[in-house]
Amino acid sequence: MKLELRGITKRFGALVANDHIDLVVEPGEIHCLLGENGAGKSTLMNVLYGLYQADEGQILLDDVVQGFTGPGDAMNAGIGMVHQHFMLIPVFTVAENVMLGNESTKPGGLLDLEAARAKVVEISARFGFDIDPDALIEDLPVGVQQRVEIIKALSRNANVLVFDEPTAVLTPQETDELMAIMRQLRDEGTSIVFITHKLREVREVADRITVIRLGKVVGEASPTATNAELASLMVGRAVDLTVDKDPAAPGDDALVVRDLTVTDHNGQLLVDGVSFTLRRGEILAIAGVQGNGQTELTEAIMGLQHRVHGSIALDGEELIGRSTRGVLDAGVGFVPEDRTEDGLVGEMTIAENLMLDRSTGEPFVKRGTLQLADLARFAAEKVREFDVRAQGITTRVGRLSGGNQQKVVLARELSRELRLFIAAQPTRGLDVGSIEFVHKRIVETRDAGVPVIVVSTELDEVVALADRIAVMYRGRIVGIVPGDTPRSVLGLMMAGETPAEVAA
Amino acid sequence: MTAAPATTASAATTPGGASPIVVRSWKAPIAFAIFTVIAILLFFIVGRPDLDGGNPTTIYRLSEARDAIQLPPLTLGLAETTIVVVILMVAATIGAFLLARAAVRVPLWLTTIFAVLFLVGFLTWAAAGATVPMIGLLAGALTVSTPLIFGSLGGVISERVGVVNIAIEGQLLGGAFMAAMLGTLTGSPYVGLLGAMVAGALVSFVLAAFAIKYFVDQVIVGVVLNVLVLGLTSFLYSTVMVPNAETFNSPEKFERIAIPLLSEIPVLGPILFRQTVIVYLMYLAIFLVWFGLFKTRWGLRLRSVGEHPTAADTVGINVRATRFWNVLLAGAIVGGGGAFFTLAAVGSFGKDMTNGAGFIALAAVIFGRWDPIRATLAALLFGFATNLQSTLSIVGSPVPSEFMLMLPYVVTIVAVAGFVGVSRPPAASGKPYMKA
Amino acid sequence: MSTTTSPATPASAPETPAAPRSNQIMKEILGGSAAISVLAVVLALIAGGILVILTDERVAETSGYFFSRPSDTLGAAWQAVSGAYTALFRGSIFNYETDRGFAIAIRPLLETLTFATPLIAAGLGVALAFRVGLFNIGGRGQMLIAAAAAGYVGAYVPLPPVIHLVVALIVGIIGGALWGGIVGLLKARTGAHEVIVTIMLNYIAFYLVSFLLRTPGALQAPGQNNPKSGPMLESAQYPSLLGPQYNLDIGFILVIVATIYVWYLLNRSAMGFQFRAVGENPHAAQVAGINVKSVYVKVMLIAGALVGLAGVQQVLGNFTGGFAAGLDAGIGFDAITVALLGRSKPWGVFFAGILFGALKAGSFTMQSAEGIPVDIVLVVQSFIVLFIAAPPLVRAIFRLPTPDGSFQWRKPVIARKAEVSK
Repeated sequence: MKLELRGITKRFGALVANDHIDLVVEPGEIHCLLGENGAGKSTLMNVLYGLYQADEGQILLDDVVQGFTGPGDAMNAGIGMVHQHFMLIPVFTVAENVMLGNESTKPGGLLDLEAARAKVVEISARFGFDIDPDALIEDLPVGVQQRVEIIKALSRNANVLVFDEPTAVLTPQETDELMAIMRQLRDEGTSIVFITHKLREVREVADRITVIRLGKVVGEASPTATNAELASLMVGRAVDLTVDKDPAAPGDDALVVRDLTVTDHNGQLLVDGVSFTLRRGEILAIAGVQGNGQTELTEAIMGLQHRVHGSIALDGEELIGRSTRGVLDAGVGFVPEDRTEDGLVGEMTIAENLMLDRSTGEPFVKRGTLQLADLARFAAEKVREFDVRAQGITTRVGRLSGGNQQKVVLARELSRELRLFIAAQPTRGLDVGSIEFVHKRIVETRDAGVPVIVVSTELDEVVALADRIAVMYRGRIVGIVPGDTPRSVLGLMMAGETPAEVAA
Repeated sequence: MTAAPATTASAATTPGGASPIVVRSWKAPIAFAIFTVIAILLFFIVGRPDLDGGNPTTIYRLSEARDAIQLPPLTLGLAETTIVVVILMVAATIGAFLLARAAVRVPLWLTTIFAVLFLVGFLTWAAAGATVPMIGLLAGALTVSTPLIFGSLGGVISERVGVVNIAIEGQLLGGAFMAAMLGTLTGSPYVGLLGAMVAGALVSFVLAAFAIKYFVDQVIVGVVLNVLVLGLTSFLYSTVMVPNAETFNSPEKFERIAIPLLSEIPVLGPILFRQTVIVYLMYLAIFLVWFGLFKTRWGLRLRSVGEHPTAADTVGINVRATRFWNVLLAGAIVGGGGAFFTLAAVGSFGKDMTNGAGFIALAAVIFGRWDPIRATLAALLFGFATNLQSTLSIVGSPVPSEFMLMLPYVVTIVAVAGFVGVSRPPAASGKPYMKA
Repeated sequence: MSTTTSPATPASAPETPAAPRSNQIMKEILGGSAAISVLAVVLALIAGGILVILTDERVAETSGYFFSRPSDTLGAAWQAVSGAYTALFRGSIFNYETDRGFAIAIRPLLETLTFATPLIAAGLGVALAFRVGLFNIGGRGQMLIAAAAAGYVGAYVPLPPVIHLVVALIVGIIGGALWGGIVGLLKARTGAHEVIVTIMLNYIAFYLVSFLLRTPGALQAPGQNNPKSGPMLESAQYPSLLGPQYNLDIGFILVIVATIYVWYLLNRSAMGFQFRAVGENPHAAQVAGINVKSVYVKVMLIAGALVGLAGVQQVLGNFTGGFAAGLDAGIGFDAITVALLGRSKPWGVFFAGILFGALKAGSFTMQSAEGIPVDIVLVVQSFIVLFIAAPPLVRAIFRLPTPDGSFQWRKPVIARKAEVSK
């Protein structure tokens, strides 16, 4: 089926998320939609899928104009979608999820579970999946959940299949398998829209590439284009993929982690016997696919995990067993990976957010009372120093852009006397200018002699910042390698191979 | 913390081969131990000093005079019963501790047996020296439970679809009022019952409109609706019903109907099958809600909306409409239960006559873990406690009636504090669904 | 592509262009909270008026021949409503019908303040918990326990004057604080939902106090059979503020102090800063080293203490002749509406409390003069809250402009609350 988008425009208030976007996807092709975070790709696909109503423009299927008012219409027209955040109900079985909204019933509205099971089995067989139709979704690994999403779309006879950032949660191996599935689908005649910001994947699988920037189509490219060409299209100028930094001059051991184990309330191991040493004045990047224990590792250091064993010693002081307050007081600065959720209180002002982790004592609290004048002075200074673009220090943080929000977090964390700095996904979702600013600050912190941990799922960021790289897989550190280790090696390590295995 | 969704994290990080570290939950054994200690204190330390000498017995009457088949009464001696019960309770507690140490969750059947043991011991102790009319006690408990069960069924539906229903009390009260009003005006209790359902649905309509359309916090709307319904019905009661009670507030009550054959089954017959139409409707409602929720398309969609509305939306289910109509349905069911007060129990409306039944029903929803059958059982337990209290106050119980009346509330706190299993509400319950 | 050293592209922060200043102010006034509050009250009074008309006997009579003489019906309706609301005014602010001088004529206003006193105290308790994202429906229970504690000291523990009052007050407040603290503790330790726990604790407190009130040696008045306490000893009673001809007592001063305290707590103290941070985003608060669990316990202790103040007011100020289990008189629930109308801000609660106090005081005159049941207050009160909670509805009714997305009334934080992982 041929899909055509004509002049799609979608506004959110003053923000134009999609600006007259045109796109044609021919039957049996894999069409890549490439763009930075926030370029408007997901908005476009949500318009296509009927979740959002476009303000202007048309959607055509086989040259017939469609009028979708909801996802139901899009599905009936043959559009299927594999969402970035899976649209599966965790407490339902695979069969129930697949049939939901498209139930086959016996008289009286009685569910025909047998038919649904059969459908799951039939589609699984076609693609060589091994899926138990009666398994609960919440018990399945992420990769399998994604396959359930695919089965769900195919069970509704989708002719156009949209994959929205499908590889974010997959290991390189699982990514390869997904690519194979996409090719098989294409060869069977399905039109595929593949949304991503990862250049390598695009070049590997795409038949055609459309690049989107700031809500507009900025060009088409062929799969033979180089990384640099695609990247410059995507960000709008020639991009230098490195950060300006001098070689590290590491000092003494600062942070020593030994046999660190974190379990969740079910006894599942989240971090499994991790050991590493971090020296003053170096950046250790922790790489890995999302969900391999990086989050829990940083949370364990911050005193935010409760089932922690082993040892975390900062300058000889044990951190395990301390409250988060105690860890902060030991001189640890922390940029959490989800700044709106864990880093900032959106309804509070910039000034208030700048004192968020110093609400118990000097300099902003004396005898239990806030020192508002001191805080205002401090905030004004930091807003200037970190170039936070806002009307004033009383602006609510929730109204700032992502980049400015992250600057507020950085300003807060870097304005304390630090003995360790941890930045988790410090540039996720930021615009290019802010990314540059954040990276510069991280390197400056290192150069001031502070040991730094950067957790990132973006290989580019890891390679750009790291003096050393620790790769995590399934809660373990697969290996710690120098900062100039080739990407191919890092990629294999992210799939669980040790450096020795890679070399062999 | 905002880790990746739990499923993601745990699935991706299960290290191959490593055995998971075992988690032991000591909550159940500790709860058992506490109840065992209470039992020992009551039965042996407090005892029954008011009964002088010998070994008093408790007589359980198992048949009523009009029953065709008469069962002999059961006589339990206080000393031997309590000793046996406590020994078994101790055994169960030890068993629970052993299970917990082996990291095995204490099974529901053990908890049930434990609860029954405690109840038998307690009843024998409390009613020692007297006769307990078991049929009357249980049939009465069922009657008292009726509005609670309707209320909790409505609560289950509403919460399962994602709207917290604190307004059960208001729906019951509105239903009771309308049943009395329409029942009197038309002279037909059936019309009254229908009116009660409409009244409950109306209250639900306001809840749904504010919660779903205006995204007002559902708990706030619920709380306010209770006040509004109380105010409205009290106001209308004073201005309309009191001056003209004959015209507006003297409905014909439902008669008790004995179902042929079934009502002659020993013990069960008189309890279950000599009831009013409302109770028979309740049996039907319990079955239909359970069947509907778990076996039909309606239920699958309803539950999906309450668990993950965005996912439901992406497969073409209209989240808002699903919520709206099912909240209305829930209100109608609860409202129908409200008719019980005026058309089965009292025979006329009175100010604030539901007197907190809606909150007990809410407790049953939670204690029953959002499951219609369990919620029904919880409502029965609460109804039993209430009726036991009135039965015991007749035979002269050593326990102050207030403490018996407190029981449902204490039990619910214990439940929500997680001492009895893990309760997991529908994931999206109480959360408004907004989209661009 | 996530790293770069080249010059930055212009920052793409989508800041909304600033509208002309005057325009902005108009919008905030019309679309904003203050106007909505006032309009909500107006709408609720209209709704109450409709209810009065519908149930008025004269209106019913005249409507029988509405089509031949509609003016009769309309006249009767007008009389019913105006009668009701002038009675409300006479009963709550100024009784212009009396000929016994200003001192008597102004008494309704002071009655209003008397009724407002416990409402404000309890409203502050609910509002404070709101600010931390907790829904304290437990006002009734906290009042009952506080009242029982203060009442026991006030009636049965003779102490020297002043000291007696102070001790009774403190004991009562501690009682309320502990009953509230249970909620905070359960929430912090087990994650139990505070709405359920507070509802359940209300009933537990009710039955507990009922039991104590009928148990000789506990709260029951000696030699009595009624479930009622003995009278408060003279030394424990709140002294009256403006002389014996008015009911207003020192409790009103106490709630002013309490309001100032809550204002200070929320806006100027470190603890209040932590409260607000937890209320708005418990995750970020926890990551920033704030002990969320201890905040839950602290805020429920203080909230319980504030509600407890209302309970103490009831026994040492209002029912000094002895109290029964109904002493809370619905104030625990009214407090929720007061807190919502006051938008959980200390002075907002103060004035909302006075408004509802006026409704209560006036309702008795409405009943005695016009035969309108006092229950109408409940109706008006709940309408006010419903309208306030749904600004779009009010705007739709009055056809007001919708304020731009940046300025919208926020629901009390509970709507967005997420549990903090254990």
